Amino acid sequence: MEFLLHHFFELTISGLALGSIYALVALGYTLVYGVLQLINFAHSEVFMYGTFAVAWVFVFIGGKESSSSGLMAALPTLLLALVVAMLVSGGVALALERIAYRSLMKRNAPKLIALISAIGASFALSEAMGLRDKFAGWFGLDDNLANYVSKPRDIYTLPVTVNPHGLFTLGDYRVTDVDVLVIVSALLMMVGLDQFIRRTRFGRGIRAVAQDPESAMLMGVNSTRVVQLTFFVGGLMAGAAATLYMLNIGFTRQDAGFLLGVKAFTAAVMGGIGNLRGALLGGLVLGVAENWGAAVLGTGWHDVVAFVLLILILLFRPSGLLGDALGKARA
Amino acid sequence: MNLVPAPVAATFSRIGARFDNRPAKITLAVLGVLFVYALPLLNIPLLTTPDSDFGGVLFSVAAYALIAVGLNIVIGYAGLLDLGYVGFYATGAYTVGVLTQYHWHWPFFLALPVAIVVTMIAGVMLGAPTLRVRGDYLAIVTMGFGEIIRLVITNTEWLGKSGGIAKIPMPPTIGTPPQPGEPGGLFGIPHISWSTFPNVVDVGHETHFLSFTVLDAIPFYWLIVTALLLVLLGDKLLKDSRVGRAWEATREDEDVAEIMGVPTFRYKLLAFALGAGIGGLSGAMFATRQTFIQPASFALLLSMLFVASVIVGGAGNRWGAVAGGAVVAYLPERFRGFTEWRMLVFGIALIVLATWRPEGLFPPRRTRRAKAAEAEIEELEGDAANV
Repeated sequence: MEFLLHHFFELTISGLALGSIYALVALGYTLVYGVLQLINFAHSEVFMYGTFAVAWVFVFIGGKESSSSGLMAALPTLLLALVVAMLVSGGVALALERIAYRSLMKRNAPKLIALISAIGASFALSEAMGLRDKFAGWFGLDDNLANYVSKPRDIYTLPVTVNPHGLFTLGDYRVTDVDVLVIVSALLMMVGLDQFIRRTRFGRGIRAVAQDPESAMLMGVNSTRVVQLTFFVGGLMAGAAATLYMLNIGFTRQDAGFLLGVKAFTAAVMGGIGNLRGALLGGLVLGVAENWGAAVLGTGWHDVVAFVLLILILLFRPSGLLGDALGKARA
Repeated sequence: MNLVPAPVAATFSRIGARFDNRPAKITLAVLGVLFVYALPLLNIPLLTTPDSDFGGVLFSVAAYALIAVGLNIVIGYAGLLDLGYVGFYATGAYTVGVLTQYHWHWPFFLALPVAIVVTMIAGVMLGAPTLRVRGDYLAIVTMGFGEIIRLVITNTEWLGKSGGIAKIPMPPTIGTPPQPGEPGGLFGIPHISWSTFPNVVDVGHETHFLSFTVLDAIPFYWLIVTALLLVLLGDKLLKDSRVGRAWEATREDEDVAEIMGVPTFRYKLLAFALGAGIGGLSGAMFATRQTFIQPASFALLLSMLFVASVIVGGAGNRWGAVAGGAVVAYLPERFRGFTEWRMLVFGIALIVLATWRPEGLFPPRRTRRAKAAEAEIEELEGDAANV
């Protein structure tokens, strides 16, 4: 308890940073759920591919030797990595929709079987990343690409360590530029997405399909396109989350998506699944609560706090904190 | 209320008539059961796993089948998506671990019923507050529960923390107790070896009847198959009773069921408790077979595999659940030769299975009937639209 009081601001700020990453990933779950009422279990792998894309961009530009730099010096590479990661994650999400879901949706298959297809896709994607040296070997490229594919099952670190630089003091914690960048850019992304869903033609299509797929189709909305768009946008957000994650944590692995995916999904449900603002709130609450809980109970209980909190919230608010569905959001 | 089109119904009744004499049915059932018991001894070519001990593989196949039958009660009959089933599996395993080794020294067969009861209580404790949460929210709540169980074990001194519990005793051997170099048991049963055809009986390779040792998984397989058969029998009796109909009604439309006087909450809780108990049974078997358990053996991923077995087999059909469990446990072992590729192959196989049979391998009869009815309605509507 004392530890919590002494480090209150530090724990809160780092909780907010982690929470905003959860929230960005949670958006992917919430969007797909809102439109298809489907738990996209493989979304965690979409995020994982993004983290690798970020690391690869840094390796491509600066080589594998580890170095360290300030945030400002790393910023151009970071921006490039952000774009690449968003595109990679978006692409993986599109492929996922095409391979694992489209034919099931077309045939109006039971929702549960789509979950199984998603679990299969999740295994396949994660394993494919863990076997990337073999794939490169098929083309005889494993030597040329050794920086990218060697030891595929080990931890893959970002070669550049970004040294956080204190900006201002809050309580007795010096808030760093990395903290601020992570939280602010996640918030910006989310505001942007929210406006996209609320104000644009595409967003209106997504909301229409979420509300009533049949009527939307009768009104001329191409539902296949809308579903694709939903997956793609979710993937973009996961790519952004991956960039912030790599900036914050600095390493990844072929199974790095799993726990983060579970947490993000928890955040989405906590906020009210299908609700974008709920995903933001859920992510932030989860990130902060975990940090506080771990400070009081010990680090071993970090994850327990998250799930106990989830169960408590659902007991008192059975459809999450904000609870509204995507389809009901008004423009 | 004839939902099946007439020609289909006629074909079915003709097929049914052929099997409609009891002695033949009973003979077939007995032969089938004997075959299942003899399976690990027969070493059937192609079926036998070349790269891992077939008895051990069959044990895990039967364990998955047992779990799938239990989870099928929750998912298939009552229609509740439970993503935290591994929590019950762990509860059963740890109850046995604590009772037979870590804190007390009970014999296995005394600890087994206690493990089942403890897990059923755990099921009620999870179910009572959470079953009011609807559909997909229930999935995440149960998933959280499964993780909580694992994390609590990891952090609790009394349960051995992350180091786990070792040296869990095996069930007592019937007959001569095994000594080093002496397998014990009542008598030896030779295996069949096809490589020396026509001289197929392999006297050099024997399984000793009901001698439980680490060396031979086959007696454990017999034990768990026996449990599976008993559970299947109970499952059939329950499903065909008032309880089974209540579950079906609840699953199809909870509000209507409630109006018709079905206390849906109580029946859902019952399904949860029974499913949990079977998970606990399976976990107890796992503990005594492995003799070592640790929190890492109960990862969340297992829950996903359990759900996959039920759905792949065909939710709502007990034989589908058995088949699904067998597929999910067997495929990765059969393809162990692919070593690092096997999980990738398994993932792709799940996608292919899902796309190829969206209703599962063996959908329950109701689904088939419902489909026929749907087709009929569509046909009628189509006619009306054409007028």
